[in-house]
Amino acid sequence: MTGKARIKLPENPAVGDVIEVRALIQHVMETGNRKDANGQPIPRNIVNKFTATFASTPVFSAEFGPGISSNPFIAFHMRVPGPGEFVFTWTDDKGEVTVERTPMLVG
Amino acid sequence: MPVRDALTPDTQLQTIAKSVTLNPKISILNRRGFIVGASSAGSIAALLLTSQMAFAESTFDSQAAGIAPTPAQGASQAFTEALAKILGQATPKENLLIVDLPELAENGNTVPYELFVESPMTDTDYVKTIYLLSTANPQALVGTFSLVPASGKAQVAGRMRLARTQDVVAIAELSSGEFLISTRRVDVTIGGCGNE
Repeated sequence: MTGKARIKLPENPAVGDVIEVRALIQHVMETGNRKDANGQPIPRNIVNKFTATFASTPVFSAEFGPGISSNPFIAFHMRVPGPGEFVFTWTDDKGEVTVERTPMLVG
Repeated sequence: MPVRDALTPDTQLQTIAKSVTLNPKISILNRRGFIVGASSAGSIAALLLTSQMAFAESTFDSQAAGIAPTPAQGASQAFTEALAKILGQATPKENLLIVDLPELAENGNTVPYELFVESPMTDTDYVKTIYLLSTANPQALVGTFSLVPASGKAQVAGRMRLARTQDVVAIAELSSGEFLISTRRVDVTIGGCGNE
C-alpha cells in the first residue's frame, strides 16, 4: 500500500546552517472511520510512525494519527553537523516499513 | 569657559531636538482641538458612540476571558481526555506557540499547518515535543512531533484532516517541563475524514 517516498533538501548547505527537510510518502492513510459500498467498515491503515536520523543520530520523529492527510507530508528542521546520510523510515498499521536513504553533501 | 564652549553644541542639539519633538505635539494638539471643536455640536452623538464602543469592548473582554482557560468550547470527549493526558497537572502558557492554519479551509482533507516556537534549541533549553490536536475529529490526537537540540529550530509543518469547522489546538512541551498552548479556529467548507 505504501508508495514512493520523496525527500527535499537544500543543496550544499554549510556546516552550522539550520535547514528544512521535507519528506513525503504515498499512502492512503485509511482512517478506519469509513465504510465500503456494502456498509462494511474499512479497516484502519495509516502511517503511524516516521523517523529521521542523520549520520546515525536521531534528529526528528513523529507519530501520526488518522487526522494526518493521505500521502503524509512532513517538514522539520536540522542544524547541519557536517556531511552525512539521512535515513528516513515510515511504518504503517500493517507493519510495512519503508526506508529511504538520502546522502547530503556540505558546501 | 572652555567647558561651557564644549557644551554649547550639545545644548544646541538639545534645543533642535526639543523643537523637533515639540512641533508634532503642537500639531496633534491643534488637530485634536480642531476635532473637538468640530464635534462639539454633535457631542451627544459622540458620547453615545464612545459608550457603545466601551460596551462592545467589555463584552469582548469577558468573552475572551471565558474562552481562555478552556481553549476549546464544545470540544469532543476524546479531545478533553487527550488534553488531560498530555498536560497532567501543568498549566500551559498561552500564545507563545505559533500555529499557522488557514482561517478558511475549503477541503477538510488537506489543511496545511505550521507550528513554531521561538527557542534557542540548546542542550539545556529546547522544545521536546509538539502535539497537534483536533477538537472535533473522531480521533483527537493528530500528530506528535519529537524534536532534539540538533533540530536547530522548533518548526514543524504538514497537512491535516478536519472533519468540520472547529478549533485546532497545539501544545509544546519544553525541556524545562513547561507547556505552551495555542488555539486556532478553522472554518471548514467540505469536511475531511470521509463518511463517519
